[in-house]
Amino acid sequence: MDNLNNLLDGFANVLTPMNLLFALLGVTIGTAVGVLPGIGPAMTVALLLPVTYGMEPAQAFIMFAGIFYGGMYGGSTTSILLNTPGESSSVVTAIEGNKMAKSGRAAQALATAAIGSFVAGTIATVLLVVVISPMVSFAISLGSPDYFALMLLAFVAVTAVLGASRVRGFASLLLGLIIGVIGVDQTGQQRLTLGIPQLVDGIDVVVVAVAIFAVGEALWIAAHLRRRAAEVIPVGRPWMGKQDWKRSWKPWLRGTAYGFPFGAVPAGGAEIPTFLSYVTEKKLSKHPEEFGRGAIEGVAGPEAANNASAAGTLVPMLALGLPTNATAAVMLAAFQQYGIQPGPLLFTRESSLVWTLIASLFIGNLLLLVLNLPLAPAWARLLRIPRPYLYAGIIFFASMGAYAVNAQPFDLFLLLTLGLLGFGMRRFGLPILPLIVGVILGPLAELHGRRSLQLSGGELHGLIGGWVSWLIYAAILVVLVWPLIGRFVVRPLRGRLVTG
Amino acid sequence: MTDMTSRPDRGGEQPSRPPAVQTSVPPIPEQAGVQTSAPSVPAQAGAERTPDLPEVVRPAPADVPPPVADPVADDGPAPKPDRAQYGVCAFLALVGGLVILDATTRIGHAVSSADPIGPKPVPILLGVLLLIVAAIYAVDVARGGTGEPEAGEDVDLSSPIDWRTVLLLIGAFLVNAVLIERLGWVISGTLLFWGSAFALGNRHYVRNLLIAVALSLITFYAFAIGLGVNLPAGVLQGIL
Repeated sequence: MDNLNNLLDGFANVLTPMNLLFALLGVTIGTAVGVLPGIGPAMTVALLLPVTYGMEPAQAFIMFAGIFYGGMYGGSTTSILLNTPGESSSVVTAIEGNKMAKSGRAAQALATAAIGSFVAGTIATVLLVVVISPMVSFAISLGSPDYFALMLLAFVAVTAVLGASRVRGFASLLLGLIIGVIGVDQTGQQRLTLGIPQLVDGIDVVVVAVAIFAVGEALWIAAHLRRRAAEVIPVGRPWMGKQDWKRSWKPWLRGTAYGFPFGAVPAGGAEIPTFLSYVTEKKLSKHPEEFGRGAIEGVAGPEAANNASAAGTLVPMLALGLPTNATAAVMLAAFQQYGIQPGPLLFTRESSLVWTLIASLFIGNLLLLVLNLPLAPAWARLLRIPRPYLYAGIIFFASMGAYAVNAQPFDLFLLLTLGLLGFGMRRFGLPILPLIVGVILGPLAELHGRRSLQLSGGELHGLIGGWVSWLIYAAILVVLVWPLIGRFVVRPLRGRLVTG
Repeated sequence: MTDMTSRPDRGGEQPSRPPAVQTSVPPIPEQAGVQTSAPSVPAQAGAERTPDLPEVVRPAPADVPPPVADPVADDGPAPKPDRAQYGVCAFLALVGGLVILDATTRIGHAVSSADPIGPKPVPILLGVLLLIVAAIYAVDVARGGTGEPEAGEDVDLSSPIDWRTVLLLIGAFLVNAVLIERLGWVISGTLLFWGSAFALGNRHYVRNLLIAVALSLITFYAFAIGLGVNLPAGVLQGIL
């Protein structure tokens, strides 16, 4: 019941006129920026970081909660009304959503996405409240060796589970880890600073995030800009008929059930649950023939899964300090900007702040629903923004945000350099997420690793802690050898079953 | 999932981005405009060259392979290898080597009983791992592996990289970085937005200037004065 009291206190913190205004502001600009083509949720949060620089942490987090859900919702609007999905998590939504929009049912597609997101977001946030306390008390019992193992698991998982090519994932991860090494070490030694005084304090994670997500993306799109912008399907106010409600509510719930657990475990991501939800709905639907031609279940389920998974990622992010998707990684960078390190201690040290954040997730979600149903036509107009202005604007705001972190022009050169790195990674199909996770978690992993070895006097057995670390190392091993198991065990077995 | 071996960026039949899991999900239809424009691509593709980029991200000596005859429909069983990827391997190996060099020569010896590991081993380990990854990457490329260029709403992968636009954008970016302290955000930001819009092909010079000035002024007043964010006033100090 402690949780409930904490949560109620959190609500009390949010429900002041000023803070509600911040929540509304966050939801509005989050959606507005998230709707813009080419801007995914992670870039939305990264670009809007400077907006919160001058604020108190509580207000900043209230706004972030709004930006977080707003950016998510904006992304799905884009993929329904435009032909091509922006990020992998909305690929599945786009399949049916765009078909629905083309056959004149854009209003229903947007409505089921908006209401489904609200339902999934609310349920998932309730689950977050339920799960987070046991998670935190478990996390507090962990020692440095366990944390070290957990971070290795996060590295291996974001690298080897998500994404198509492992070697490219590990290349990206190592580049991120190396960026994280730059600066003064805990012993006072300069590492990889190349004699540049501005690098002594290390590279700010915000600069890295803005560079990789915003500048790299803008340059990449500019290099391949569609000369004829994709067609936008006009839409009126979203609404659903009785039939649509009947066909939507079960997929919403099933999607939530898929999304939350996948988001909550390190490296679940949103791709797998959205896809699973799509397949399930197709199988269970009474109208399987509509799939591929605009079935509402195919929007309702995956969209709910996507949102529930986003809320799920907040569990490891808040309780363990482990970001498992790009948006959570940027959120974590935002926390660090305020000198706040997510993890179990956060709940004892900054209890009121965390619960305010969680309460504002509920409120942001509700505001989003209220705001989005009537405003959808306005968001759809944003999709027609001339592309030169859009991408010039991204570079403009990215430069402003990166400069404002430390007020030094050096950061702008850094921004460009890392932006070009992001550009090259997009060209060669290197995944972005491992790099960001490496930059954020690398220094922490080193800290915990070295702390573990301190007790054993440098002997490697110091890295093995209690049973938790054994379990985690076993999980890492499974993730690493999984393709081999697939090749040498599963396939021959299946072959024998077929032939024999 | 194995690596994509098709070359969506080389024109021809362009497969849409596959969902993350092998699937029975129907592919997202391409835009009609994309497909019709595709056949004209290979002719220009050979002419594009990678100009010199700052050292950190020189993706490769040449982004597109040499202008060998590149039939439109070569996306079939044997696609052309993406040799520029060897540049990525070289870049990774170079970074790995530099990290090891820095760790072994520049980082002092600071081992104590409180910290038996010291600052050196981690960078050395990372450098060695990066060298190994670079080698495996090279083997993967030699065996025909390719990375899948990132798709997106406004990304038309059937066209070659438009280096002119990219370089102009970098130029606008650098102008801002050099001038921001001297002239202040309002002027340098105006130049940045106007230059970027120009680079991206917008030719409404006057309208863009008005938008750029308005954006810079609004952000300066809202962020620097309203929220106390660090943005320099520069030469306009006292006027703004």
